[in-house]
Amino acid sequence: MSVARDHILGGIRRALHRDRLPDDVARALDERVTAHARNLVPARAAALDHAGRVELFVAMAEEVQTTVARVASPDSVPDEIVRYLAAENLPAELVMAPDPDIAAIPWDRRPLLRTRAGRAEAGDAVSLTPCLAAVAETGTLMLVSGAATPTTLNFLPDTHIVVVREDQVVAGYEDGWDLVRARGTGMLPRTVNFITGPSRTGDIEQRIELGAHGPRRLHVVLIGGDLPPDHA
Amino acid sequence: MEPTSHAFIDNARAGLANPTLQRALALARTGFPLRRSQAVARLPEFEALREAGKAIKDHTIAHLDFYLEMYERNVTASGGTVHWARSAEEARAIVLDICRSVDAKTVTKGKSMIAEEVALNDHLEKHGITPVETDLGEYIIQLRHEPPSHIIAPAIHLMKEQVADSFRAAHTELDPVRPLIEARAMCDEARTILRPQFLAADVGITGGNFLIAETGSSIIVTNEGNGDLTQTLPRVHIVLASIEKIVPTLEDAATLLRLLARSATGQEFSSYTTMSTGPRRPGDLDGPEQYHVVLLDNGRSALLGTEFQDMLRCLKCAACLNHCPVYVAVGGHAYGWVYPGPMGAVLTPALIGLHEAGDLPNASTFCGRCESVCPVKIPLPKMLRHWRERQFAEKLTPRTARTGLSAWSFVVRRPGLYHFVTGVVGRVLAWAGRGRGRFRSLPLATGWTGVRDMPAPEGRTFHSLWAERQRRGSK
Amino acid sequence: MAEPARVALLVTCLVDLFRPTIGFAAVKLLEAAGCSVEVPLAQTCCGQPAYNSGDRADAKAVALQVIKAFAGYDFVVVPSGSCAGMVRVHYPELFADDPGNLAAAVELAARTHELVSFLVDIRGMTSVAARWPHAATYHDACSGLRELSVKRQPRDLLATVDGLRLCELPGAETCCGFGGTFCVKYPEISDKMVSDKAAEIAATGADAVLAGDLGCLLNIAGKLSRLGHAVEVRHVAEVLAGMTDAVPAIGMPAARS
Repeated sequence: MSVARDHILGGIRRALHRDRLPDDVARALDERVTAHARNLVPARAAALDHAGRVELFVAMAEEVQTTVARVASPDSVPDEIVRYLAAENLPAELVMAPDPDIAAIPWDRRPLLRTRAGRAEAGDAVSLTPCLAAVAETGTLMLVSGAATPTTLNFLPDTHIVVVREDQVVAGYEDGWDLVRARGTGMLPRTVNFITGPSRTGDIEQRIELGAHGPRRLHVVLIGGDLPPDHA
Repeated sequence: MEPTSHAFIDNARAGLANPTLQRALALARTGFPLRRSQAVARLPEFEALREAGKAIKDHTIAHLDFYLEMYERNVTASGGTVHWARSAEEARAIVLDICRSVDAKTVTKGKSMIAEEVALNDHLEKHGITPVETDLGEYIIQLRHEPPSHIIAPAIHLMKEQVADSFRAAHTELDPVRPLIEARAMCDEARTILRPQFLAADVGITGGNFLIAETGSSIIVTNEGNGDLTQTLPRVHIVLASIEKIVPTLEDAATLLRLLARSATGQEFSSYTTMSTGPRRPGDLDGPEQYHVVLLDNGRSALLGTEFQDMLRCLKCAACLNHCPVYVAVGGHAYGWVYPGPMGAVLTPALIGLHEAGDLPNASTFCGRCESVCPVKIPLPKMLRHWRERQFAEKLTPRTARTGLSAWSFVVRRPGLYHFVTGVVGRVLAWAGRGRGRFRSLPLATGWTGVRDMPAPEGRTFHSLWAERQRRGSK
Repeated sequence: MAEPARVALLVTCLVDLFRPTIGFAAVKLLEAAGCSVEVPLAQTCCGQPAYNSGDRADAKAVALQVIKAFAGYDFVVVPSGSCAGMVRVHYPELFADDPGNLAAAVELAARTHELVSFLVDIRGMTSVAARWPHAATYHDACSGLRELSVKRQPRDLLATVDGLRLCELPGAETCCGFGGTFCVKYPEISDKMVSDKAAEIAATGADAVLAGDLGCLLNIAGKLSRLGHAVEVRHVAEVLAGMTDAVPAIGMPAARS
């Protein structure tokens, strides 16, 4: 390969006073990677049951200025979207991921909501995507890129809406990685985004401002189960 | 950037005398440690995670060649290309080549300390390519032609009035009398100005907080979204990362990520933590067509097997900077190069030489706060001391200090002589200071008495009083 | 109370030269804790100045002198976190590549303690019979705090001093800027650090500040008096031993009789 590569690898080995690792050591390291064992996982979410994890996800997400609306079924999603956009004084228009679960939502219930499926372009104000998982530990959404889930939807528009099913809530990041691996494609997608709240910066006098370059609003529509009493 | 570390004392003096800088540092001084301690308090497993993070890094470093090769295989398998750069010069050349190969005119950049280290921007500009910093802090200092003063908050040394001035001077197309008072307005302005740049860029360059051997992925940990726009919109994505950024598995990365944001900003997790693996896939509607990783050595492998090896665990979180009383007194520019604070004081002599950076490991009281907050338990004071040992051995320590140490050592190793000398000194100083109990000035001690009084000794030494007490037989 | 113990006092160079009363206060407290105290004569310094200047050879030579002088005692007790830390934490490191002396260094390190933590953690002392009606604040000297975990112990004992009101110092754990030769090699930076410390002390409204390390105390006292703050500066041992009448506060003249 390249001279630089050989020099660098050779320099590493010389500094560690050895040659290439012997085969048995290399095999053991390969096995360590194949096994990809979890290290210490905090009990915060792991020790809860699923219902507890859902509540934790909502609480942690709201802590970082993600707004969360809970609906009973996919049928309620269009109403929630229209309500949200009106409440935020945004036009009733969005670009959505060309994802089958998103397409299966009965958008025709709210025909005045203009939608387009595809990647985001300059000028798109609102996007709507699914996610792969919702990590309760820190209120983090896990999104993966693909033909049905272009990454630009997560970053270009000012407002990003994510549709999450309660059964997608997992305890920790490692649970999310298991889901990615279970998709069985052998390699990761081009992009995996862990998103925890809207875009922000503290670069000017340490004052946190939302909406630096990415979305300034992150809204989760959480579909599932019985709603707790204090949610409308 | 040309190092000015040799001028640390002058730089520090200037920093201390700069009232705007001092106001800015006062904000950082209380903010970061408070937020970190709050985050740590919320996670009972934090201490155990520090130990786990240290173990992951130590394991990786001991097998760095193996994991680098695994990483390269997996990057290639996912359609990316790995380039190896021994030096800053090689790294610059590789990046320029890639940019030229796609006729790049503008390049957007996410924050990358490696890009600073290899002085990439100047090189691109010299060759007719325009680099556009997109991280708000980096953008601000790019406008001001200043280097970063902190490894995660590059513009921490500025107050908002200075930012407003720089925006007015640079954004001449905007209404000159527009209000630019609050940070909100400046953020919005930066967003508006930079959006077309994101969209127009031919190449996007990011750093890499971690590189994952298992999957051939690079990770960026950000809050603004600029890094993600930088690496998603252009046709080409280049990652610049030093070789010790490798971690073995996704699970290992998860452990280190739990430490990183909490240590850096006190956040539970950054707004955006993104893993990138290769270019866009067939069927993807967006994403780069090319994915390149430039692996930089530039002195890292030279630390292996030395007393500085532990430094390779560094996550570049800046916790040590934020908690260092010297850093928050003088600011990052005093250190004169890319890496300030305690980690900079250890790393800079390794990368640019002890002759250039000799003051950095000496400007420390060894208070140890840095080590106590390091997420991967790097023994920073110990390594600063090792630099001082190297300086002493290489006779870089100033002659007066060496002579003083020799004289001191001569006396200290002869207790009889020592007790005699101290007996005399104690009594003379006690007598001279008896009126006030302290000295406002003392010849030979002006470094001290220039700014503080010197308390006078009681008079007789403990040893002479104790000996007398023993003789008297009283208790 | 624990069994009688034979303690050697490591006086420290600063206590010996500047403020012997601290040494006598330490002796008094150790005797109250059931120890017999001796002071080996062949001691001068722990070697820290050479060690922190990168001069390992001189540091080792001084350390060997200390190891020899303090052989045979049950415990070595030091009224200073930085000197105790030097012996306890750094002597083993100093001789890590010197197998001939390493065992002796490790052995000494294991029985060397900072004064207040020794009294509380090893001797089980829970209170003192002292009276000192002051409003005081406490500075945590860095080595004692971070190398030896001295934090709670002085506060626990000070809480039992009759009439003493202890208020916490914001930034108690922030370095005062002494750092041995640091304060004269980088005087402006040191001045900034000690100025901040002095301002924080003055802002508490306390009339006294205490700490367990004379280096810090000389630095802080010198700055407080240069700034004109009337805050009494003393070593914690003086207060705990009830010996505050024996000597004026650090940097203060003897009272006119």
